[in-house]
Amino acid sequence: MSEPQGCGAPAGGAAVPASASSEAVIEGHVTRAGTPVPVGYARLLNDGGEFVAEVPLGQDGGFRFFAAPGTWTVRVLAPGGVRADQTVTAGYGRRTALEVTV
Amino acid sequence: MSRSDVLVDADWAEAHLDDPGVVLVEVDEDTTAYDKGHIRNAVKLDWKKDLQDPVRRDFVDRRGFEQLLSERGISNDDTVVLYGGNNNWFAAYAYWYFKLYGHRSVKLLDGGRKKWELESREMVTAVPQRARTSYQATVQDSSLRAMRDEVVGAIGKQNLVDVRSPDEFTGKLLAPAHLPQEQAQRAGHIPTAKNVPWSKAANDDGTFKTDDELRALYGDEAGLDFSKDTIAYCRIGERSAHTWFVLHELLGQPRVKNYDGSWTEYGSLVGVPIELGEAR
Repeated sequence: MSEPQGCGAPAGGAAVPASASSEAVIEGHVTRAGTPVPVGYARLLNDGGEFVAEVPLGQDGGFRFFAAPGTWTVRVLAPGGVRADQTVTAGYGRRTALEVTV
Repeated sequence: MSRSDVLVDADWAEAHLDDPGVVLVEVDEDTTAYDKGHIRNAVKLDWKKDLQDPVRRDFVDRRGFEQLLSERGISNDDTVVLYGGNNNWFAAYAYWYFKLYGHRSVKLLDGGRKKWELESREMVTAVPQRARTSYQATVQDSSLRAMRDEVVGAIGKQNLVDVRSPDEFTGKLLAPAHLPQEQAQRAGHIPTAKNVPWSKAANDDGTFKTDDELRALYGDEAGLDFSKDTIAYCRIGERSAHTWFVLHELLGQPRVKNYDGSWTEYGSLVGVPIELGEAR
């Protein structure tokens, strides 16, 4: 068994490698006028709107979640009161990619 | 215990970050966050490198904690203000540590790093130089920490609060959704546990909900019996430290323990009962 990584992410953004086919990966980037937004947070909500996870955006505005099959909402929070929601469907062995513009 | 004894807001932190008796300490799940920028004069604690024993699965011991704080220039008389990302969950974990080892004045910055960043408050990269101290820790306060036998004995008797996400509680996921799915041998939850995801205690901006909202969340909605002892757990004890903070420090429940072995230990134990699906 590998070392527990805690209840949190080892690093901001999309630094966690996604390789296993058993993962249902949701990932993406946040940009403003074509430029990455490095300060902000991506939250994952389940199909009932309940909070499931949150990661800080990476330097490239990136984020990644390891979810389960189903419908999820990604909520992006950024300075200036920015709050942007996108709904996605994830499945095992698949990467669901999102581009979020704020 | 009142809220002002254990929480400060961002305005307070901004006004006191140069005070000699106040030390801001950042503790993040993302251990690189501090290096990218932090509140001026804040020092960093790394939850994994600094707070965990490098060999055994356990905390740094008393001596190790003393060495750590001495090296960071924190003295027994300082007011320590902890903050971090993701609704302060790792900051709350560190808060619990400071309490375990008897630090007198420790507080959380309400909203943590996230609220500070979203409000575009000042962040710097300069690392403060603090003179070494001779920190003295107390013996670990066992009234705040639950071990596995006690947890098994608490089934059906005490409040067990599983603070993981509903999908982890029911057994659909083994880890939070922003981590690879690994760890415990079995999925599910401890029988008789109530599922109150830790994040329900926080607003979107990371601040804690009001006492009335929190009391309703754990009492009326989840059905905790406030007259009983309580044990909180998650996967490795960090999210549940956040819930421990809510129940013990904000709501003033007298007997609340954090089970830091949590699901990575319980879900790998041989022979203990496990429940799948919704709470019963």
